Order: sequence, then C-alpha cells, then structure tokens
Amino acid sequence: MLSVLVFAASQLLPGDIGRNVLGPFASPNDVKALDHQLGVDRPIYVQYGAWIGKLAHGNLGMSLEYKVPVASLLGPSLVNSLKLAAVAFVLVVPLSIVGGVFAALRRGHWLDRLITLTGLSLTAVPEFISAIVLILIFGLLLNWLPVTAASPADADAVTQIRYLILPGLALVMVLFGYIARMARAGTIEALESDYTRTAFLKGLDTATVIRRHVLRNSLLPTIAVIATQMGYLIGGLVVIEKLFNYNGIGQRIYTAALNKDFTMLQSGVLVVGIVYLTATLLADILYSLLNPRIRYAGVE
Amino acid sequence: MTDRGAAPTLELKDLEVVYRVRGRDRQVVRGVSFTIAAGETYGLVGESGCGKSTTALAVVGYLASNGRIRGGSICVAGRDVVGLSNRALRHLRTNDVSMVYQNPAEALNPSIRIGEQVAEVFRVRGAGREEALERTLQALAKVQIADPGSVMARYPHQLSGGMQQRVVIAMALANDPGLLILDEPTTSLDATVEAEVLDLIQHLQAEFRTSVLFITHNLGVIAKMCERVGVLYAGRLVEEGPVSEVLKGPRHPYTVGLLRCVPRGGARKDRGRLDTIPGFLPSIDEELRACVFAPRCGLAQDICRATEPPLYQITEDHSSRCYFHERAQDLPRTTPPELGQPILVDRSKAPLLAVKELTKTFEQNGRRIHALEAVSAALWPGETLGLVGESGSGKTTFARAVLGLFAPTGGTVELDAHVLPPTLSRRTQADVRELQIVFQNPDSALNRRHAVRSILRRSLKKLAGISGAPAEERLLMLAGSVRLAERYLTVRPNQLSGGLKQRVAIARAFAGEPRLVVCDEPTSALDVSVQAAILNLLVDLQVQRWVAYLFISHDLGVVRYISDRIAVLYLGRLMEMGPAEVVFDGPHHPYTEALLSAVPTIDGGGRARIKLAGEIPSAAAPPTGCVFHTRCHRRIGAICDEKEPPLVEVGPGHLMRCHIPIEELRRLQAQPQEAAQVAGTKQPAA
Ligand code: SF4
Ligand code: SF4
Repeated sequence: MLSVLVFAASQLLPGDIGRNVLGPFASPNDVKALDHQLGVDRPIYVQYGAWIGKLAHGNLGMSLEYKVPVASLLGPSLVNSLKLAAVAFVLVVPLSIVGGVFAALRRGHWLDRLITLTGLSLTAVPEFISAIVLILIFGLLLNWLPVTAASPADADAVTQIRYLILPGLALVMVLFGYIARMARAGTIEALESDYTRTAFLKGLDTATVIRRHVLRNSLLPTIAVIATQMGYLIGGLVVIEKLFNYNGIGQRIYTAALNKDFTMLQSGVLVVGIVYLTATLLADILYSLLNPRIRYAGVE
Repeated sequence: MTDRGAAPTLELKDLEVVYRVRGRDRQVVRGVSFTIAAGETYGLVGESGCGKSTTALAVVGYLASNGRIRGGSICVAGRDVVGLSNRALRHLRTNDVSMVYQNPAEALNPSIRIGEQVAEVFRVRGAGREEALERTLQALAKVQIADPGSVMARYPHQLSGGMQQRVVIAMALANDPGLLILDEPTTSLDATVEAEVLDLIQHLQAEFRTSVLFITHNLGVIAKMCERVGVLYAGRLVEEGPVSEVLKGPRHPYTVGLLRCVPRGGARKDRGRLDTIPGFLPSIDEELRACVFAPRCGLAQDICRATEPPLYQITEDHSSRCYFHERAQDLPRTTPPELGQPILVDRSKAPLLAVKELTKTFEQNGRRIHALEAVSAALWPGETLGLVGESGSGKTTFARAVLGLFAPTGGTVELDAHVLPPTLSRRTQADVRELQIVFQNPDSALNRRHAVRSILRRSLKKLAGISGAPAEERLLMLAGSVRLAERYLTVRPNQLSGGLKQRVAIARAFAGEPRLVVCDEPTSALDVSVQAAILNLLVDLQVQRWVAYLFISHDLGVVRYISDRIAVLYLGRLMEMGPAEVVFDGPHHPYTEALLSAVPTIDGGGRARIKLAGEIPSAAAPPTGCVFHTRCHRRIGAICDEKEPPLVEVGPGHLMRCHIPIEELRRLQAQPQEAAQVAGTKQPAA
C-alpha cells in the first residue's frame, strides 16, 4: 500500500530525478544515463513492476565486489549519510531563511546586498572547491574542527556532530544561496502585498505584521524550494563524502562504480531514489498542510 | 447627513507629494486642498496617474518608501497627521481612519481565517480574545453577511468577490472611524454585486455617520454615492463642487472632456463617434508650468501656457481652475462625430457565423460544471453582437469555444456555412486568420521581447502570408489604420501605455483581414478617454472592413454603444437576445431588467434598483426549472421552479426565455415602484 503511494507520488512530483540527484552542474548526458540507470525512462508500469519485485523480496542482491548481501553494507552507509544530511539541513534551513528574510526587510541596504551577493557567489562555487577551502581554513589553518567526517568508533553524539559540521557546512554553502534567495523574494512579495497594507492600516505594529501576516505567506514558496533541494543535498553527498572520507551512501556508490559492482551500484541508486522521493513527498505534504488554498481546494 | 457646522473630518491644505525616482523628486500631488465635513461623502475622480491614490495613501501615512510629503498639511479631525511618530500613526489608523481598496481578494491575507483577520482589529484596540470574536460576529452581521459564524471559519479564497469586499468593509468600519477612504472599492466586481456593495456602504455610512473619501474613475458611481466631487488632473485639483453641478454643468475643459468620453444616455455607434481627449497625461518626468491641462486643451490660449490659472469661485462651493471656465462647455470636439458611412447589416443573407446548440461541461473536483447549455447565435458581416452577464454567466466560455480554444461538449460553430473543427489545432490556416481575438490585457497577446515592428511582421507572415518588401508596406498601412504613429514601431510593448498597447494588439488581430474578431473586455483596463478612442477605432475598422465583432464587456454603456444586437447570458443559458435598442429599452427579461437597474448612471435617477437575492448559483448544480428562479424578482410561482421556459421569439429578432408573456412584462415594467421590491426565496450559501 505504502509502496503504491510513494511510487504514485513519485510519478506526480515535478522534476527530473536524474537532474535532481546530480545537481545543476551535471551534463545532460549524465542525467540521461542516470535516468536510465534508475529506470525512470521506462514506462510507468514496467518501472513499478521491477521496483516492487525487488522490494517485495527485501532482497537487494549480493555485492559483486564484497560477496556479501548489499543490504548489510548499504544500511549503515545510509544511516551515516542521513546523519550528515540532517546536520546540513539543521544548519542551512534556519540560516538561509533568517538571512533571506533579513535581506528582504533591509531591502536596498548594504546588508541586503551583502547577503544576496554572498548567496549568489556561493551557489556558483562547486562544492569540492568550497569544501577544500573550508578544510584549509577551519581544519588546517585554525585547527578548530576535524578534517575528516568519520568520528572515532566509540564517539558520543556531540563528538559525532562536531565531526560532521565541516562537511555539513560545505553542503550549506551550496544550498544557502538558493533558499535565501527564495526567502527574500517571498518576503518582499508579501511585504508589498495589499494584505500587508491592510494589516498596517489596522494599526498593528511592525513586528506583529511581519510575524502574523508576512512570514506566513512568504515562507510557503521557500518550503517548496527546500523540498526540491533535498534531492540535490543527497546527490551532493557523493562529492562531499569522498572529500571528507566519510563512509556514507555516496561514498558507497562511488566505490561501487569504480569497482563495477553493479548490484551495489543499482541498489545504492535505488535507495537514494527512495530517500529522495520520500523527502519530496514529505515536503509536499507539509506545503499543502500550510497552504489553505491547496488544503481546501474544491471545498466551497 | 452632512454636518458643516462641526470641524471637518478631513482637511487637506496645499498638499504636495513627491516620489524620488532616479535621484530626482517628481511631483505627483500639486497643492491639493479640500475638506470633507462630518458625515459627508466626497468623491475624487480622475484617470490613472492623476494622483488619487497617492493622496489617499498620504492621508493614512502609507506612501511608498520613495514617496514623501513635501509641503502642505493633512488634518484628520482637527489634528495634523503629517510627520506623526510611528506610535501616533498607529493610533490614528486604529481609531480614526480606515481604508478599503480595489481588489478584496488581495486585501485579505490568504492564509488566515476570516474570523481571525477581522478580530485583529478589535484585539489591537485591547479587546480580549473572546470579546474580539464576539464583536467580529456582530461586525460581519452588520455588513449583511448571512451566517457570519461559518464565514469566520473560512479562508478568503473560499468567498466570492462580493463577500470578500463585505469582509473588508466590516474590518474598515469595525473601529467606527471618523473617516473611511474607499479607493475604487467596486471596480473589480460585477455590476449587480457592485450595486449591492454601494447600497451597503450608503446604509452603513448613514448609520455610523462616517465621512467618506470615495476615489473612483467611474462617474456613474460618483453620481450615485457622493455629495461633492473633486476632479484631479496631473496631481492638480482642477474642479470641485456639488456632484450635480459638476456633472451637469462642468466648468473645466478636462471635466467636460471626461464626461464626453463616456458612452451613456443611449449613445450608439451609428449615431456618431465618441469624443476623446487628445494627447496623453504628462509623464512623471515632465516639468509642468502654467495650466497643467494646456497641452491637451482645445480652449488653450497663450495665457494658459504662461501662468497658472487661479481657482475661480463660480458659486459658493463650485470652483474651477480655468481662465475660460465660462466657456468650458464649448470645448471643441476632438473627433468629428460623423462616421464615414452608415452600417447597414443585411440579415436576409446567410450569416457569417452560426453557432448551434453550443454546450460545454467541465469536470472540476469531481463535479460537472455546466458552463454553457445549448447556446445558439448568428452573426452577420459588419455587425456586433454584445455578450452580457455576470461572471460565471458563460460569456467568456462561449467566445473561447467559438475561437476553438477548447472543444465544446456539444454543438457546432459554422463559419460561412462550413462547420469548423472544434479546436484551433485542427482548423485550417484560413479559419484561424478569419477568427481573431483582442484581449482585455494586451500584454498577454504581445511578446514583450520583440519590438512592435517585429510583432506585426510576424503576424503578417503568419496570418496573411506576407513577408519581405510587401510586408513593410502592409505593416505601415496596418499601423496607420489603428492610428499608431510610426515612431512606436521600434519600441517594445512594455514601453507603451495601455491604450497604445491595445492598438498594437488590435493591429495584430487585423493583420490577416479577419472577418470576425472576438473582443474580450478590450477596454476594461483602460481609462475612459483611452477607452473612447479604442471604441472609435473598432467602429471605424468595422465600417471600413465589414468585420463582425463578438463583444464581451461588463460595462453596459460600452456594450450598448458598440452592439447591434445583444445576448444576455445567465448560468450558461441564453436568457434574452435581440436588437440592442430593444434589449435596452424593454420590455426586458427579468434578469436583463435587474442587470440594467444595477448600473449607476451619471445622469442619476432613472430606474429603481432591483435587488437580486443572493449570489449567482453554482454552475455545478444549476437550479431546476428556470435557472434564474432563485433570484428572480418577478417569479410567478411553481411553474418557474419546475419547468424551464423555452426560448421564444417575442418580437422581430427578439428572443426571450421567461414564462411571463411579453405583454405582461411590458405592463409590469411600466410600473416603476413595484420593481424595487426585494425578491427571491432562497439565499444560496456563498
Ligand atoms: S486654463 Fe486654458 S489650458 Fe487650462 S483648462 Fe482652461 S482653457 Fe484649457
Ligand atoms: S421564468 Fe419565472 S423565474 Fe424565470 S425569469 Fe421568468 S418569471 Fe423569473
């Protein structure tokens, strides 16, 4: 039942999975290849049949390289990756929303320009460069943070997070620009709207107007953007995990590709696909819960 | 109502407002002074860009961030409000002044429930949560919202436009303000809904004894609502006085020109062109010295261009800023009244367009919407068929189906006796060329990235198959025929004014010598003077090229002016169709009668207003019997609820769908008093 739901939702969601996973800098050929790999270029019923068949057996096959069940290797990697993604997520969402909203409120001010420009330039820098710069500055020069992501085996949660901050930051730098830009645009639109004027003319003070009237509407499109960027976040892991030598799913897939370990590669991509779909679906549900126009569509 | 003894509610003295654009101050309000007495309704008219809204926003202290009050004073209830601190400004907004503006859907926060939004007004004045909700309920009841409890639990998009505007008005009046500013409050509403809202405002104003500043471009609304009126032009108050004096005996050439632009009092295209105001509103960059209207004034003399005319006091409270105010009404016409040749439509021949039993149902959220029910109509070369009806009546659906923008569920469209394929993609090039459209919003038809010249060249190529050197010649002819000066050919659409853009859109439609042009509210977004010019242009093109128009407009004056025949639609059904003068002069179908009575006219008086009960029912579940029976003021009994009346010919070319015989309607409608009674049985939920 759930599989049908996730699967059906994946068909309804906009966007190209290959493009999303690989990020905006991948060449069209790569995207095509990945789409083919994922099977998303096949007719829907074939895709579903293949997909459900695999899942139903709970069997992802044996790793060609390690000669052990793929699942036993992928499982821990996935958990590691999710930890990293979670750290990045927790860092980027508040940071970029606050940045974007702040820029909108100070529109035209130098702070606005600074935030917008920073976001834009960070977006343009590929993650391996920003990651290396981060390693150089925080890891080697200042020696504040560990330069690998993998913490010692017996590390507690705080230490683990400490190890993940640097790679997390690398991901943050790429996403910050997108999300902040959206938050800024949404806030400006809301600020200029008639309903904001109405709120001011009611005699409400500025803080109340921003909190009650502006933010509610301005963050809706931002949530949509965050959702689409989640797929990228997972795709971006490949590079970051490699650089920080972190045993996550990205690293797994990368090694599998190098070693021509096809079952591992396929299953890894499948798992990434499922995670991506689930993330997007969750974001979609959240979005419609927050937006009464969708929630009540058709109820008149 | 008006109390002139007490201190005025609003007093503007020499108000000057500037906007800073590209490092320079541009003046938009120039020394405007007027006062509004307690309980008085003061109208402010003028075309877009004249400074009406800026004046209003200055009063509530909500100018755009680049706007600034450079001089003069604004006193609300005797207190100067210019340069108030934030705190004092909030106090003023909370207690003394409220404002309602054009689009109610945007004035309400889309993601907050109605109840909460309205309750805020009470909360900000210190009411507790329970009390605020309690008072919200009362406030909504005051604006005649049935079932306010359920409305409070809804979101704005779940209400109709008229309901939304009621909510906004309820919010505005909640704090019992001394001054209510209404900025085009009914412009986006249907005529019938507009009439309801205007009645409501009048009623509430009498009850609350609020002073009202009523801003509108609609002179009919001014005539209905206001006691005094000020006419703004380019930020200058050029004439002011009691409404009846200003509208019947205007003393400024601009006012005279404005009044002449409006098609009214039965004006019709075959009785002559509309007059227009030449030239354009001065741009915000222009330095204006002397009389602001001089560049466009037919009476201008040297003195007008040398020194600014003083304010002449004509009577005690009627003034005009014109040297020649006594001669203002002798303003020479800008356009000659005569048409080139009379239009004689020959209906004995086969029609150009024959629409037969056109039906369209949509699927929406699992419900079937009956947008169009077996509508038949014919159109002959050289004539205009006007389509009228409230939103949801099916007029746009009809026009789009004719154009092939979607396939109808049933029925056919015939052009020159051959059946057209249902959708555009399957129609031949010739069919496409012969059927064209002009939209309300010219932007949607014009590619913003191309210059006007290349837009027209493309159309010539696509629609007429002309390219190369002959195209250039045709292009110039085309531009000439829509009176588009050659210098505009090199610019892009977004650098043109609304009127000029609409000319380009018309030229585009006419590139392939069409035989039928659908005009979908082509002048609704334009100022009256520009509207008059566009209507004249459409009529000229019709006379020259014998083109037929299917003309959609919510402005009945405009429809009457341009149409030879009129079709009245309600809930996707044809209720009445006939020659324009017959439909307008009556006897009318009860629905037509109600529509006509809803329109506020400049000349005032006229018909007693018929109040339609409730709102237009949902097309997903149209009423049984006569679809109009839930709102009809002349319903004769069970037969109306049970049996759909047939469409019968009641006079030459005059079709009507009503159980009441025409002679009976004639008798009933000759008695004006009875018409005013409130009717209807059911109040459909919004
Ligand atoms: S002062 Fe002169 S230019 Fe101005 S409106 Fe009067 S006649 Fe026209
Ligand atoms: S048939 Fe009855 S309800 Fe319908 S318009 Fe005529 S009188 Fe009114």
